[in-house]
Amino acid sequence: MQARLKTPIKEEDVRKLNVRDIVYLDGIIYTGRDEVHIHALEQAEHGEKPPVDFKGMALYHCGPIMKKVGEEWKLVAAGPTTSSRMNSLEPKFIEKFRPSAIIGKGGMSQPTIDAMSKFGAVYLAITGGAAVLAAKGITKVHGVHWFEFGMPEAIWVLEANNFGPLIVAIDSKGKSMFADIDSKVKGNIDKAKKMLKLA
Amino acid sequence: MISENMLKDVVVELLRKTVTVMPADVVNELKAAMQRETEDVPKMQLKAILDNLDLAEKTITPLCQDTGVTIFYVTLPRCLDLDVGKAITEGVRIATKEVPLRPNAVHPITRKNPGDNVGKGMPWVNYKVWDKDYIEITVMTKGAGSENMSQIAMLTPSQGIKGAKEFILNTVLRAGSNPCPPTILGVGIGGSSDIAAKLSKEALLRPIDKRNEDPEIAALETELKNALNELGIGVMGLGGKTTVLGVNIEYAYCHTASMPVAVNVQCWAARRGTAQIFPDGKVKYPTHER
Repeated sequence: MQARLKTPIKEEDVRKLNVRDIVYLDGIIYTGRDEVHIHALEQAEHGEKPPVDFKGMALYHCGPIMKKVGEEWKLVAAGPTTSSRMNSLEPKFIEKFRPSAIIGKGGMSQPTIDAMSKFGAVYLAITGGAAVLAAKGITKVHGVHWFEFGMPEAIWVLEANNFGPLIVAIDSKGKSMFADIDSKVKGNIDKAKKMLKLA
Repeated sequence: MISENMLKDVVVELLRKTVTVMPADVVNELKAAMQRETEDVPKMQLKAILDNLDLAEKTITPLCQDTGVTIFYVTLPRCLDLDVGKAITEGVRIATKEVPLRPNAVHPITRKNPGDNVGKGMPWVNYKVWDKDYIEITVMTKGAGSENMSQIAMLTPSQGIKGAKEFILNTVLRAGSNPCPPTILGVGIGGSSDIAAKLSKEALLRPIDKRNEDPEIAALETELKNALNELGIGVMGLGGKTTVLGVNIEYAYCHTASMPVAVNVQCWAARRGTAQIFPDGKVKYPTHER
């Protein structure tokens, strides 16, 4: 199935998605990686709110290259970063802030898959390294928060227009394409070992 | 005549070329992977990779947002009276603004980002001296996604080559979908812990269509590549026939009691660039001649 969705995405629409579906996104996307996860959760512990409301929105594991032209930020390149670095913080982030979609590369571990099932979210995979192509789907930079963490670690507020193609790699029903590939890979190890004269 | 000012301009141009245009050997291997592929999902990923390379080259835009930390390999003629390190540092500072590069370099503990990719030990420059009359500057702009998957093992001599193969296989399995596969593996065998790690990265400077000059090592490179491509991790870890684009091995003699092995994992976006600066001021970019 192919879907075009606009953020904020309703839970019922998220729940309709299955692994291998192709999604294109419109609307606001927030970037957030290591430091955003650390600080947003720290703030939440102290009863404070992060500068943006992630509810129903798409969180993009991305540290873009931005260029300041006059007073405005211009997006140069914006591919995904390795999502697994956020494995230990993502389940809590999803529980606290309730984003509908996480965009990244490489997939995430079981606790995040479980949180996505429980709270209704999906993981959308985008091709790593294809940063100019990805930037084509972003039409405007609305602003930036937490710039003091550095350009890659800030929250960038991006306007997406037909951003994709994204593959639903983890759905809200506990299915993960990466887990499927993992079990296939396990089955192939013996053959590789034979070719290396290890078995 | 070569001046520091001119070298600085060469460094900026070298960085611009390196982050926007991929060397031909890697592009060819990616295209071959596309030809081999039969499944839809990895095909779609490879199409995005190849389309992105075209777009980046046409628009002179960094092909990946992760432009790495700037690690340089410089070879100098004897008796050169120039502060090459200073020229490189200035070049990096300017390129970060103008190309632009992503300001990636941070203090390792405070995580403070100065915003210009310059700090203690960064850019990092490896120096060598040779008998030729020209300066050669090579840079690798390598993303952290793959660098973070690199490993080193201090094996025992009794584990031998079998142990090395097992370690390389396990490194690829542990990395899985994370390092933006299909990857290139740089392998350093022998030396010592630091030399093996250094060799594993320097191995990545060799084009992937060139095998090691030593026929035994060359055979090992091919054997590893073929075996690892049976794993099915595939493009971006979403399956398919190509998990590695190449395996490059370098070695050095080591202590009779040691067997160090290091694997440097390189993402498909294997950006490397070389500039040669001749005494008359002529500059060549051999990695970026088309």
